[in-house]
Amino acid sequence: MNVTAVIINGIAVIGILIAFIKNKEKAIESLKMAGKSFIKMLPMVFIIIIAIGLLLGFVPPEQISRFVGDQSGAGGILLVGIVGAIMHIPALLSFPLAASILESGASVTAVAAFITTLTMIGMITLPLEIKILGKKMALLRNGISFVIAILIAFIMGMIL
Amino acid sequence: MKPEEKQAKQKKKMIRDWLFLGIIIVIVVVLLFVFPAKTDAVASTVQEYFIEMMIILPAVMVIMGLFAVFISDETIVKHLGKTSGIKGIALALLIGTLPTGPLYIAFPMAATLLKKGARVSNIIVFLSAWACIKIPQEMVEFQFLGIEFMALRLILTIIFVIIMGISIEKIITRNDKKISKSKGV
Repeated sequence: MNVTAVIINGIAVIGILIAFIKNKEKAIESLKMAGKSFIKMLPMVFIIIIAIGLLLGFVPPEQISRFVGDQSGAGGILLVGIVGAIMHIPALLSFPLAASILESGASVTAVAAFITTLTMIGMITLPLEIKILGKKMALLRNGISFVIAILIAFIMGMIL
Repeated sequence: MKPEEKQAKQKKKMIRDWLFLGIIIVIVVVLLFVFPAKTDAVASTVQEYFIEMMIILPAVMVIMGLFAVFISDETIVKHLGKTSGIKGIALALLIGTLPTGPLYIAFPMAATLLKKGARVSNIIVFLSAWACIKIPQEMVEFQFLGIEFMALRLILTIIFVIIMGISIEKIITRNDKKISKSKGV
């Protein structure tokens, strides 16, 4: 058990207590909702964890660092960014995946690019965004997000 | 989308996810059968990450559930609709970070807000914060990637998202003016 886990679980427990004091029905409803989303996410959790296991077990760190390591260059970063923009996995699950490739030789820049494009840009939800908010706004938001995600990644690589 | 349709769609997605997991497990079993030497490495990694996920995910889900139920869409729309300027941007950021569910439920809210006359910059900041600076996400990022990585990415994201919001507003309002001029209004 580490500190972060203790803090997160503490917040959850306090939250539940306050919720029950304020409104019992709503509190039960939120717990049901939490349970449902947890079950919904479960297969994806297993898939990601197994993928991490295979990645670390079978792909040698030299291979990972050759593609997304310090010497991979701007092309590699762009590629990682595009992969992040297309992939559709819950943001919460991108962090363990990112940690695993970082552990095995990926650069901070590559990992930051991956997480940032993954969370900011939704290729899968883009049609819906266009439908609801209009083509101009949706395309501008996703397009500029990609550029700033790459910028953020390079700045992080320089600092860390 | 009707609730029944949505439910059917979600059920389909669930089945697809479990099926996909089944296929992956079969692949892993075959792979480890061919390369038995790798079994220990794969098993220990899977175990380590599994534990790390399971000690935080349920709590994160509870926090998200609480916020989704106790803070209604109407509350968000009400608070975001009337403020502008720096205060508006700060509020858009703050409300966007509340742990209240996936991005696609924020689109209709954003559309309502735009119709009510909210500024484009605030809406862009709100959507982007909703997409990538959610509080539970930051906690999980802290858990797996450390405080330095999480804090630096958070600060940079906030700065750039605000710049993006203001730029997109400039682009959109300039275009709209051009259109109304060319129409001779």
